[in-house]
Amino acid sequence: MSFSVGTTSMGRGPRGMLRSLGKEDEEQSSVFDLRILARLLIFIKPYWRSMVGAFFLMVVTSGLGLAAPYLVKIAIDDHIANGDLAGLDRIALITAAAFVGLYVASAAQQYLLSKTGQDVLGDMRAQLVRKLQDIHLGYHDTHIIGVTLSRIFSDVGVINDLLSQGLINIASDVLTLFGIVIVMVSMSPVLALLTFSVVPLMVIATSIYARYAKRAYRETRTTVAEVIGDLAEDLAGMRVIQAFAQEDMTQERFDAVNRANRDAHVRAMALSFTFMPAVQFLGTVAMAVVLWFGGRAVVREALTLGVVFAFLSYVTQFFRPIRELSQIYTTMQSAMAGGERVLQLLDTEPGVPDPPDAPSMPPIEGQVEFRDVTFAYRDDEIVLRDVNLTIEPGETIALVGPTGAGKTSISNLIARFYDVTEGAVLVDGIDVRHVEQQSLRRQMGIVPQDPFLFPGTIADNIRFGDPAASDAAVKEAARLANADEFIRRTPDGYETEIQEGGVNFSLGQRQLLCIARAVLADPQILILDEATSSVDTMTEALIQDALDRLLAGRTAVVIAHRLSTIRKADMICVIDDGEIVERGDHEALLSQDGLYRELYERQFVDVLGT
Amino acid sequence: MSSNSEKARQNPSDLKVLLRSFRYLRSHWRVTAGGYLLLFIISVLSTINPQFIRGIVDRGIAEGNMPLLTRLVLAMLGLTLLQGVLGFFQGKWIEQASQGVAYDLRNELYQKLSSLSFSYHDRTEAGQLLARAMHDVDRLRFLNGRATMRLVEGLALLIMTVVVLLLMNPRLALLSLISMPVLLVQAYWYSKKMRPLWRAIRDQVSEMTTWVEQNLRGARVVKGFAQEKAEIDRFDEQNAVWFDMVERSVLIRALNDPAVVFLTNIGSIFIIWYGGRLVIHGGLTFGDLLAFTAYLSQLAGPIRMLGRLVPFITEAAASGERVFEILDAESEVEEAPDAMPLPKAEGHVRFQGVSFAYFGRRMVLKDIDIDAPPGQIVALLGTTGSGKSTIINLIPRFYDVSVGRVTIDGHDVRDLTLESLRGQIGIVLQETTLFAATVRENLAFGRPEASEAQIIAAAKAAQAHEFIEEMPNGYATYVGERGSTLSGGQKQRVAIARALLKDPRILILDDAMASVDTETERLIQKALERLMQGRTSFVIAQRLSTIRMADQILVLDKGEIVARGSHTELLHSSGLYADIYERQLRPQEVEELLEQREASLARDAKRLRPAISGS
Repeated sequence: MSFSVGTTSMGRGPRGMLRSLGKEDEEQSSVFDLRILARLLIFIKPYWRSMVGAFFLMVVTSGLGLAAPYLVKIAIDDHIANGDLAGLDRIALITAAAFVGLYVASAAQQYLLSKTGQDVLGDMRAQLVRKLQDIHLGYHDTHIIGVTLSRIFSDVGVINDLLSQGLINIASDVLTLFGIVIVMVSMSPVLALLTFSVVPLMVIATSIYARYAKRAYRETRTTVAEVIGDLAEDLAGMRVIQAFAQEDMTQERFDAVNRANRDAHVRAMALSFTFMPAVQFLGTVAMAVVLWFGGRAVVREALTLGVVFAFLSYVTQFFRPIRELSQIYTTMQSAMAGGERVLQLLDTEPGVPDPPDAPSMPPIEGQVEFRDVTFAYRDDEIVLRDVNLTIEPGETIALVGPTGAGKTSISNLIARFYDVTEGAVLVDGIDVRHVEQQSLRRQMGIVPQDPFLFPGTIADNIRFGDPAASDAAVKEAARLANADEFIRRTPDGYETEIQEGGVNFSLGQRQLLCIARAVLADPQILILDEATSSVDTMTEALIQDALDRLLAGRTAVVIAHRLSTIRKADMICVIDDGEIVERGDHEALLSQDGLYRELYERQFVDVLGT
Repeated sequence: MSSNSEKARQNPSDLKVLLRSFRYLRSHWRVTAGGYLLLFIISVLSTINPQFIRGIVDRGIAEGNMPLLTRLVLAMLGLTLLQGVLGFFQGKWIEQASQGVAYDLRNELYQKLSSLSFSYHDRTEAGQLLARAMHDVDRLRFLNGRATMRLVEGLALLIMTVVVLLLMNPRLALLSLISMPVLLVQAYWYSKKMRPLWRAIRDQVSEMTTWVEQNLRGARVVKGFAQEKAEIDRFDEQNAVWFDMVERSVLIRALNDPAVVFLTNIGSIFIIWYGGRLVIHGGLTFGDLLAFTAYLSQLAGPIRMLGRLVPFITEAAASGERVFEILDAESEVEEAPDAMPLPKAEGHVRFQGVSFAYFGRRMVLKDIDIDAPPGQIVALLGTTGSGKSTIINLIPRFYDVSVGRVTIDGHDVRDLTLESLRGQIGIVLQETTLFAATVRENLAFGRPEASEAQIIAAAKAAQAHEFIEEMPNGYATYVGERGSTLSGGQKQRVAIARALLKDPRILILDDAMASVDTETERLIQKALERLMQGRTSFVIAQRLSTIRMADQILVLDKGEIVARGSHTELLHSSGLYADIYERQLRPQEVEELLEQREASLARDAKRLRPAISGS
C-alpha cells in the first residue's frame, strides 16, 4: 500500500533535462588543437625519462633498419663481386650484429613506450574517477552514465594511442622516410625519383580506403549492436513470446538483423580484400620500376647490382611508414575529440565546493532548519519557494506530496547535495555551506528509495559507511535491521557476493540491507526515501519493524509513502509545487480538508471497492 | 574456463566438434570450393613470382638482354595483378561462406532458444546465451573462414616454397629456412601465452567498468555516507591489479614482436653469407640470391599465422562445444507427435492431483486439485514462494507437471499443440515485457493481423488509448528497449490491451503493481475488471477488490492449497487467510475512513440542501 501520487520519486525527473549528450560527433572536432595536445602531454610528464629513452632507442632502430640493406649492397658490390671471402664474412658478422642490436633496441623501445602508455592510461582513469567523486550530484542529472563511462574507458584509450604510440610512431615514420630518401637519392638520384613516383598513388589509395573502411566498419559495429540488442531483448521477453505463440514472427525479425549484419561484414571485408591486393600491386610496381630502370642502368654499367638489391629492400621498407602516416589523420582526429571530452570532464567544477579552510562540522545534535529557502536546479526553474522549516533533534518529519512537488529537493539540500539559491539550510544553527562537506555527511545517513547495493559482499555493503567496522558490528547492524536471518540463509552468509544491481536478492531483502547500512553508520540525521514498490507481507512487516528501530532517537526526514510511517511522524509536511502547503500531525491534517485529505482519500477509495 | 580444463579436453571430441562446425559450410559449398580453388592457384602463382625476379637479374640484366628484361618485368606485373584480382574473389568468397555459416548458426540458435521451455530459460543466464550466440559463433565463423583459409594457404605455400628452394639449392635452402621452425614455435608459444592474459585483462577492464558504473549509479549513497575517499582507494586497487597484468603483457609483447623480424632476418644473413660464397664459387647466381630473399620474405607472414592459429583451434573447439550444447538441448516441454489443436475453448480448467518439481529438485506443488468452470475467477493467495506462479505457469504448459494432469475442456494440455493452447490463453504478468517497436506492434503482438479499429478498441478498454494518443506519434510511437520510454503504469496497460486484443477464453494475470500512482492504479484496476469479464481467470491477487470479485479463493502455503472458498467463508475458516487479510489486504483504517466519509457526505448534504431548496 503506497501513499504517493506520481511515478517514481526521482524528484523532478532529471531525464527531462537531458540535453543531447550522448552524441559523439568526431567529425566536428578539430584535428589538431595545440592547447589540447599540450594539456594531454602533461600526463606524460612524470614519465619523461622513459619517453626520452624511447625516443633515443627509436633513432637507433630507425638507423639500424636503414643500415641493413646498405650492408647487403656493400656485400654484393664490394665483396661478392670481387670474390672477397674474408670481407663477406666480416660484413655478414656486422649485419648479424646489426640485427641483434635492432632486436634489443626495438624490444626496449616497445617496452618503454607501451609501459608508459599504460601508466598514463591508469593515471588518467584514476584522475577521472577522483574527479567524479568530487563532482556534485547535479552532474549526473544532466549526464548519461554510459557516456561518462566511455570517457573513462574508451576516450582515454584513444588518447593513449596517440600520446604513447602515435607521437613516437610519427617521429619514427618521418625519420625512416627521410633516411630512406637520403640513402636512395645518394645511391642513385634518378632511380630514387622514379621509384618515388609510386608514393602519391599509395597515399591516395590508402586515404580512399581509410575513408570507406571507417564507414564500413562503423556499419558492422552498428549491425552487431543491433543483433545483440534484438537477441537480448527477445531473450528477456522469451516468456511473452512463447506465451503469445509468436516465435515465428520474432524469428523473422531476428533473421532481418542477422542478415544485415552478415551483409555488412561481407561488404567491409570485401573492401579490405580490394585494398590489400592494391597495396601489393603498387609495391610490385615500385619493384618493377627498380628492376627495369635499374636493370638497364646496370647493363649500361651506370649502376651496380648491389644498388638494385638495396633499392628493392628499401622499397619494401618504404611503404609501411607511408601507410601509417596516411592514417595518422584518423588517429589524431579521434584522439583530439577524446582529449577534448576527457579534459571537459576534468575541468568540470565540483558544483558544491568547500570554502577554503572550511572547519569540520562538530558532533551533530540534530536540529535542522530551513530559513527562507528558495531553490532551483536551473536558473529558470524554481523548485522550492520560501521554505521555512525547523526540525528539532530526534524528530521525524514526513514529507508528503505529488511527484515533482519538491520532496526530494528538500532532502537533497539537508545533505548539501546541492546549494540553495536563496536563504540557508542550518544544522544545529550552522550554515551547511560553511563546514566541510565530508564532516557533515559523515554524520548523516541515507536510505535511498531504490535500494542500491554496490558490487562486493553483503558485509562490504553493510559496512559501506564505515569501512573499518568489525564483523561483530556488521552482524549487529544486520540483526537490528532484521536482515541477519536471511543473510544467514544465503550460501556464503555475510560473504555472499552481490551481483550487479543486486539481482540475487529480492527487493525487500535489498531494502533491509540498505537499512542495515544506515544502522551501522549510526548517523545523527537520517534521510529516508521510502520505496513505493510492493514487497510481500512478511518482508513488509520486517521492514517496518527495522525502520522503527532505525528512526528511534535520530532526526529523520522521510519522503513517505506508507501510511504507517506517516502516522508515526512527529510532523507531516505536505509539499505542493515547491511550497509547504500544510503541516501538522495526521489527525490535524485530515480535519483540514485540504490536499492531504485528498491524497489520503484517493488512496483508499479503491480499497473499499466503490 | 581455465586453461587447465581446456588442456583436459581430449582431442577426439574436439575433432568431432570441429567437423560438425565445418558441416555448416555445406550449404555454402559453391563459394567455399571456388575460394579454395583460387587459393591453390594463388599459392602456385606466389611460388612462381620470385622466379621472374631471378630471370630478370640473371637473364635480363646479367646478359644485357633488354627486350627480355622488359618482357619479364611486364610479366611480373601482370602476374601480381592477376594474383590481386583472384585474391579479391578468393577472400570475398571465403568470407561469404563463413559469414553465411555465422548467419545460419545464429538463426538456428534463435529458433532453438525460442522453442526451449521456461525451465531452460530459468536455469540459463541470458547473458551467457548472448555471449554464445555472438562471441562463440564469431569464433566458429573465423574457424570456418579466414582461420582455415590461412592455415591451408600457409601450409600450401610452405610446402611449395620448400620444394622449390630445395630444387634451387638444397644446402642454402636448409640454411635459410633454419629459423622458420623457430618462428612457428615462437608464434605458437606467444599466442598460447598471451591469449589467457588478454582475456584476463579484458575481464578486469570490464569489471572496472561495472565498478565505476555502480559507483556513479550509487553516487547519492556514496556522497550520503561520505565515502568518496574509500571509493577512490577501492578503484586504485582495481587499477593496480589491471596494471600488473598489463605490464606483464607489455613485456611479453615487447620481447616477441621484434623477434619476428629478427628470426626472418637470420635467414637473409645466411643467404648473403653462404649464398654470397656460392656466387663467388660460381654455384649460384645473383638472381638466385634475390629469389631466395623474396621467397623467404613472403613465407614469414603465413608461418607466423600458422603458429598463432594452432592455439586458436582449441579455443574454437571449446566455442563450438558451447554453441552445440544449446543446439542439442532438449526441451522439457515437447509437443507430442500426435498433438491435436485445441478446439475453440469453453474455458473449463482443471488441475487433477498435480504435483510439480523443477528439474528434480524438491516439490514446489503438492497434490493440487482445482476446478474452474468456464467464466470463473480464481484468486490465488499466498506468500512469496508458496507456488502461486507455478500454478499459473502450468496452464499454458510453460512447464510440464511431474504428477497428475492439467486439462482444458477435458483435454490434457500435453495432448494439444502448443500454438493452439497458448493462442487461447491471455497472460498479463507483473513484469510487463514490451519490445522495442511501436505501440501498435506491441499491442498487436499476439495477433499481428488485428485491424486498426480492433487495436484501438482494445487500448480503450485497457484505459491506454488516452495516453497513447497524447504521445508524439500516437500508436506509431516507438517505445524504446523493453518499453523504456513508458512509465510502469503505462506499460502495464499496454500489456493488458495486448492480452485483451487476443480475446482469450482463459486469462492469467498477476495484479501486483509496482510503483504506480493512485490514479493509474485505479485505471489499471478498471481495465483488469473489464478484461476478466466472461473469461476463466486465474489471478495472483494482491488487492482486496480483486479478491472480492473472485468466485473462489485458493490460499497456498508451501505448495499446498491450505484453504479455499469465498472471502467471507475464508475469514472464518482460515487462520492464514485472516492473517494475510489483516496484514496486507485490510486497509489499516477502513472503519475510520468510513466514518469520515459519512461525515463528509453529511457535510456535502448540508451544503447542497440550501441549493436544492432554493431552486
